[in-house]
Amino acid sequence: MGVEAMEQRKRIHPNKFTMWVAIASITMMFAGLTSAYIVKRSQPSWTSFEMPVIFWYSTGVMLLSSLAIHFSLRAFRERNRVKYRQLITLTAILGLVFVVLQWIGFKQIWATGIQFSGAGGGQFLYIIAGLHGLHVIGGVIALIILFFKAYSTRFRNYNPVPVEVMSTYWHFVDLLWIYLMVFFMLLQ
Amino acid sequence: MSQEVNLHEHAGAMTTHEVHHDEHHGHHHKETFITKYVFSQDHKMIAKQFLITGIVWAIIGGLFSVLFRLQLGFPNETFPWLENILGKWAAGGKIHPEFYYALTTMHGTVLVFFVLTAGLSGTFSNFLIPLQVGARDMASPFMNMLSYWFFFVASIVMISSLFVQTGPASGGWTVYPPLSALGDASEGSKIGMDLWLIAMALFVVNSLLGSLNYISTILNMRTKGMSMTRMPLTIWALFFTAVLGVLSFPVLLSGFILLLFDRHAGTSFYLSDIFLASTQKALPNEGGSAILYQHLFWFLGHPEVYIIILPTMGLVSDVMSANARKPIFGYMAMVGSMFAIAVLAFLVWAHHMFVTGLNPFLGAFFVLLTLLIAVPSAIKVFNWITTLWRGNLRFTPGMLFSIGFVSLFISGGLTGIFLGNSTLDIHLHDTYFVIAHFHIVMGVSAFFGMFAGLYHWFPKMYGRYMNNTMAYIHFWITLVGAYLIFWPMHYQGLAGVPRRYLDFSGWTSFNQFDGLNRFISIVTMMVFAVQLLFVFNFFYSIFKGRKVRTQNPWGATTLEWTTPINPGHGNWEGEIPEVHRWAYDYGKDGRDFIPQTEPISASESPESKH
Repeated sequence: MGVEAMEQRKRIHPNKFTMWVAIASITMMFAGLTSAYIVKRSQPSWTSFEMPVIFWYSTGVMLLSSLAIHFSLRAFRERNRVKYRQLITLTAILGLVFVVLQWIGFKQIWATGIQFSGAGGGQFLYIIAGLHGLHVIGGVIALIILFFKAYSTRFRNYNPVPVEVMSTYWHFVDLLWIYLMVFFMLLQ
Repeated sequence: MSQEVNLHEHAGAMTTHEVHHDEHHGHHHKETFITKYVFSQDHKMIAKQFLITGIVWAIIGGLFSVLFRLQLGFPNETFPWLENILGKWAAGGKIHPEFYYALTTMHGTVLVFFVLTAGLSGTFSNFLIPLQVGARDMASPFMNMLSYWFFFVASIVMISSLFVQTGPASGGWTVYPPLSALGDASEGSKIGMDLWLIAMALFVVNSLLGSLNYISTILNMRTKGMSMTRMPLTIWALFFTAVLGVLSFPVLLSGFILLLFDRHAGTSFYLSDIFLASTQKALPNEGGSAILYQHLFWFLGHPEVYIIILPTMGLVSDVMSANARKPIFGYMAMVGSMFAIAVLAFLVWAHHMFVTGLNPFLGAFFVLLTLLIAVPSAIKVFNWITTLWRGNLRFTPGMLFSIGFVSLFISGGLTGIFLGNSTLDIHLHDTYFVIAHFHIVMGVSAFFGMFAGLYHWFPKMYGRYMNNTMAYIHFWITLVGAYLIFWPMHYQGLAGVPRRYLDFSGWTSFNQFDGLNRFISIVTMMVFAVQLLFVFNFFYSIFKGRKVRTQNPWGATTLEWTTPINPGHGNWEGEIPEVHRWAYDYGKDGRDFIPQTEPISASESPESKH
């Protein structure tokens, strides 16, 4: 097994690699949806919508959470467990705040009369941003698992791979939201 | 020609390996029935779970085709026994038209996704990737187990849709809206359609979890010395398959999500200007585009046919090389052409949509790109033929099915050149010509490749051989039967006979095929019966087959044959062997074969350029 381990060290960790492939896969899903948006824009009776102001706040929260997980990973690598725990908790809370803000944003747009009926871009917004929100919730669940592992007294684990994978995923959902934000702004 | 002869021939070449026997394997942790057979994380057991679930699905999907062939072959007769089995769907012994469409829809869905995607990739990726690249298991055994159980739940949901009162989905396996989006439009678009979508969403998750694992195992878990260009072609093929799946299935899922919203939330992604005759109502939906769904569907749908055929191309290459006792011809050309096919797979989807009102100018590009696929496909075919050329052929069942695969792939591939032309497609689309084309080139050939793989690797899976006599009967009747069923359909298609029709007796121009239809239906039943013989052989051999007594019964070079006859979880007892050469050193320097694990000796002739 010694030789195997040595061989392995030269390459990227399989779990990290798996995360990158998964990111490619999720990207394809959103590429499919946003290209459907572009195709449908040229159809008759298309209506555009105003992005609610609250989405700017949620974008800010998302960026902050990305910073938080960045520093929590650094703290983990420095074996600063207290700081790591605080920052990972902060990331999870910011993630939840993001989801809540998105929900409020949805309700605001819904109230302006942009609903599922009709043929506007609003229907896409609910689905695309909703699916993104689901990916954030998935991330929050993973963060909660990491959180409990960090407080477990039975196991003390210094393996950075799970935290690194988590951080990659979190930055990805952050970037994905910024892409969607820009996309909706440009193609209103 | 029989296995016994081969065993003696190659006994001399087996000196480099001691023969290990069962029982002993590296890992001795306690295994209960549940962890060993049900929630197993061993890639070999998961492969067998995929395989057996796939076999069950294949029987169900095949039976559907027998039932609708009964209708097509004998439209004027009644079969009272059908009512006993199918109840109201065959009241009076005749298949109900709604149910006929459900049968064709489910036949397509089951065979394309549940058998030839999950049953094929699931089985061979799981079984062969760790064994042939030299890994103890997949990158994530847990995710791998999860992948199977998503498939299992998807299967349960899909099966349950057969038993709901309004019947399963019946709008064709492509479930085009608006038919599939409107519950009032047909019986099959009611709850059956929802179950279909849920099952397919679960299926997509299964496929993604599996493919992620296959890719990262192949790229990251190879043993020492196993460079990418030393990998057997099977692994390359499974790699490209997984990449196609990871990049195309999510797009299908997004298409399905939009369809679900159109069905239940009142959105208009695919719906526009519809007046429903069944309810005498005009729908409020406007601005939707049914073509949008087709783009999203076929962006997966086309890669999907390569997801089906690529694994079998890999399996066939390895089975053929081992049984021709010759290196595979043009290894790098094989890899390159698979890569070309994988890239082109994403650029040709609109050739399924030539007659949907697609811009003809755009169509011209898709014609060009579609016809380009002929180039890598032809390279592969020539390489298989040159591998056989002057080989020392052993006609094992696996080898016969491999040769049958090449024959079918050529026959079916040639008609693809007809269909890839947007002008010819105006006449040929939605006719039996299309049915004949894709059944031969991807349906039956993929089955042949899968059978080749099963007969060849069955000894590794279960430590026993399958019965050869039954295998030969299975091969010849299936090969002749497949041609007898699908060859005449080309003529029907050229005459304009449309697919999916229930009864042709109303059309004078299609009446001339009544006898032919009857003939096709009878052959279908015979071929189906022979598949049941295969299933019997499979299960009988698991328990009663002749035992494998040597570690490397086919005299093959690849790593899986260096494991114990019945490998435990972890595959190798000691260290994982190191690899020193490519996988195709057959007939080199006067030796029958040299395993990948043997170091290159000083006196050896230089490694052949591949």
